[in-house]
Amino acid sequence: MPIELQINGQRLTTAADPSTPLLWFLRDELRLCGTKYGCGMAQCGACTVHVDGQAVRSCVMPIGALAGKPITTIEGLQGPVADALRAAWTELEVPQCGYCQTGQIMSAAALLREAPQPTDQDIDAGMAGNACRCATYVRIRKAIHQAAAAARGGAK
Amino acid sequence: MTQPVTRAAVTRRTFLRLSAAAGGGLLVAIRLPAANAAADDASGTIATLSTAADFAPNAFVRLAANGKVTVVINKSEMGQGVCTSLAMALAEELDAEWANVGFEFAPTAPEYIHPGYGIQFTGGSTSTLGMTEPMRQAGAVARAALLAAAAQQLGVDAKQLHTEPGVVVHQATGRRLPYGELAGLAATLPVPESAPLKEPKDFRLLGKPMHRLDTKAKVAGTAVFGLDVYVDGMLTAVVAHTPVFGGTTKSLDDRAARAVPGVRQVLDLGSAVAVLAESFWQAKQGRDRLQITWNEGPHASIDTKALRAEYQKLARQKGLVARQSGAAAAAFAAAARTVVADYELPYLAHAPMEPLNCVVHYRGDSAEIWAGTQFQTFDRLAAAKTLGLAPEKVALHTTFLGGGFGRRANPASDYIVEACQIAKQAKAPIKLVWTREDDLRAGFYRPLWHNRLAAALDAEGRITAWSHTIVGQSILTGTPFEAMMVKDGIDSASVEGADELPYAIEHQQVELHTTEVGVPTLWWRSVGHSHTAFAVESFVDELAHATQADPLALRRTLLQGHARHLGVLNLAAERAGYGKALPAGRAHGLAVHYSFNSYAAVVLEVSVKDGRPRVHRATCAIDCGFVLNPDTVAAQFEGAVGFALTAALYSAVELERGRVVQSNFHDYRLLRIDEMPEVAVHIVPSQEPPTGVGEPGVPPVAPALANALARLTGKRVRRLPIRPEDLV
Repeated sequence: MPIELQINGQRLTTAADPSTPLLWFLRDELRLCGTKYGCGMAQCGACTVHVDGQAVRSCVMPIGALAGKPITTIEGLQGPVADALRAAWTELEVPQCGYCQTGQIMSAAALLREAPQPTDQDIDAGMAGNACRCATYVRIRKAIHQAAAAARGGAK
Repeated sequence: MTQPVTRAAVTRRTFLRLSAAAGGGLLVAIRLPAANAAADDASGTIATLSTAADFAPNAFVRLAANGKVTVVINKSEMGQGVCTSLAMALAEELDAEWANVGFEFAPTAPEYIHPGYGIQFTGGSTSTLGMTEPMRQAGAVARAALLAAAAQQLGVDAKQLHTEPGVVVHQATGRRLPYGELAGLAATLPVPESAPLKEPKDFRLLGKPMHRLDTKAKVAGTAVFGLDVYVDGMLTAVVAHTPVFGGTTKSLDDRAARAVPGVRQVLDLGSAVAVLAESFWQAKQGRDRLQITWNEGPHASIDTKALRAEYQKLARQKGLVARQSGAAAAAFAAAARTVVADYELPYLAHAPMEPLNCVVHYRGDSAEIWAGTQFQTFDRLAAAKTLGLAPEKVALHTTFLGGGFGRRANPASDYIVEACQIAKQAKAPIKLVWTREDDLRAGFYRPLWHNRLAAALDAEGRITAWSHTIVGQSILTGTPFEAMMVKDGIDSASVEGADELPYAIEHQQVELHTTEVGVPTLWWRSVGHSHTAFAVESFVDELAHATQADPLALRRTLLQGHARHLGVLNLAAERAGYGKALPAGRAHGLAVHYSFNSYAAVVLEVSVKDGRPRVHRATCAIDCGFVLNPDTVAAQFEGAVGFALTAALYSAVELERGRVVQSNFHDYRLLRIDEMPEVAVHIVPSQEPPTGVGEPGVPPVAPALANALARLTGKRVRRLPIRPEDLV
């Protein structure tokens, strides 16, 4: 059975194995490589994408379960919140090796949708699933606060 | 020539040039007209435009007619910011407009060896130390050539010219010639062999917190890591490794694996079995369906619990003397009192976020390789040997590294060799992808260590003698580094940090027992210092406790004459408010350590909740000589605090029956954002040569934590990682 997927606003139909994790479909089939492989068991968050606006770990999400659901990857992340996050990440020089950062930004974007003015506790709860081996956490926290403030300012 | 299929045109252009570089020689390559002279992509950093008029005075810089400056970086970017700091060094002397500066990773070629080591590699926190001057010189001669070109064009003496960022200026007439317009002419003129360097007071870029050149691409998701390289027709290889180190395949039933749709080939590599498929998921499903029995070999009984007991015994025996000053034995015999403590540290995996991977396109008479590696020279040689090719027939391209920490600098080139073994037998280009389980279980760990410390005190409580016995595996024996770094049976990487004690203690003895275990070991961010600093700096606090001295005061007394140690120690203590009252339930712990030619001190503010340590604040001080980019230094220290806390609180690779117990981040967990302390980084101003930054932040963190916990709970942690039962 072909599966119809909606990825970054585009519809496509695939005959790929429905058990294929979204992560590997994105990377190996679509060459959307901003979504990263880190653990394969939803332990690190490097593969975070949005499904129906919620942050999910694409490494454990079979494409067969995603028919018709809007999927957004880092390549398709747009809008004032996304812009504010990228600007803050750049301004504060968050990335070191950078490998996990797209997943961090995807989680942060989902967090700011839920909590536009997040407290430190909100950030802890929303971001604890995203590991960073370089431990850029101090700057991630700062960047989320800064992006939240900027997005609020922009919305006025 | 392969044209790797990637999603970003910028990448394709970059790789095209790098590919050409390997095939046609560097100068040809860097003068190669761009295949596609379209505008830069959004990242605006990695791609630059080459034209036939490019000015390429040396291997490290080229200037395009449009004014774009491309700095060629011979170091691997794994988060330490080296692509920016080395570009700054070159751009400073070139007097380039920073907005016009981009970079590319160097091909693997003799021009790009480390001047001190003779190999192309990134490690030992040596990049700024080794490359700052060559990069400045490369920029300076390029600037001199541009001045000569401008002089010829204007018909004036070069002495009447000066530069402003990106422009040559003739003061007398006010004429201004942008660098790009001079590129064509400069390319026809001889390049001076050397040129004077700026005085530090005239620096515009160096010493300033410049924005990193790789951030935009990393935030956009367009930065190309090894795992992101796709070559036309490529297959993905996922491998079943022997569960016991040194094991070999005994029998293989691959029928179920071959039945997985998309699986093309199954290869028995002798100590591993590779499944090749059209995609990772297919290959992994095939790998998981392999039925393999293994010859386990001699290491099937390795057990880390037993190993610890064995090390404990060895530590009480006489070892090889690594350092001796004075007469420690006599001083111990005459001591009024002795203090003894044992410190144990586990095997550690590097666990970079990007699992190991390597793309190989083998063509029979040549090969092209893409990898995030820290070890270009060795990896290319190992690849050539494995493929049966001359080294010059192997082009090795370096991508971004999704973390290194030493794992991607392996003298055995393990994952590169494995990829080449597969590629040689494969019918297509291949990408080897290790799963996280492979990463944690297939070896190359920071060794398991035992440190036994003893001090002799006289009747007044003064420390008269110090003895340090170390037990563990050698990292360097059996590698090409053995001749240089293992002397008389002493691996310098085993004892570094212990054999150059700064403390004024008259009689000192350091001994080493080097064990042979069969577990593959490797340097892990800060190498030997990662264990010796924990032992030494914990023990100094134990001695302070034993003599009712304050740990800071004792260190100050013993560090007389060591101005740079004292500089960072006092700076960290002062900025942390060490000694001032803290909220109830909190305590400070501190440590100071010299490594990689830099001096670092850390003060941690710690509490304990439900048996778990909680670090609230880290105050770091560093003296790393002249600082190229202070923001990078701060970032490295912030990261080092989190990296070291992960190890101190959570990390251990354990073996039972020769098998690694841990397998993924659920049982080899990393520190999370909710556990990360606030970090303040203070830099000692200095005009000394720039020294290491990537590693020196790590060693002082674990002992500072143990020291704070001892003060807070009265319990001394002598074994890492810290367990709840250690604190009650």
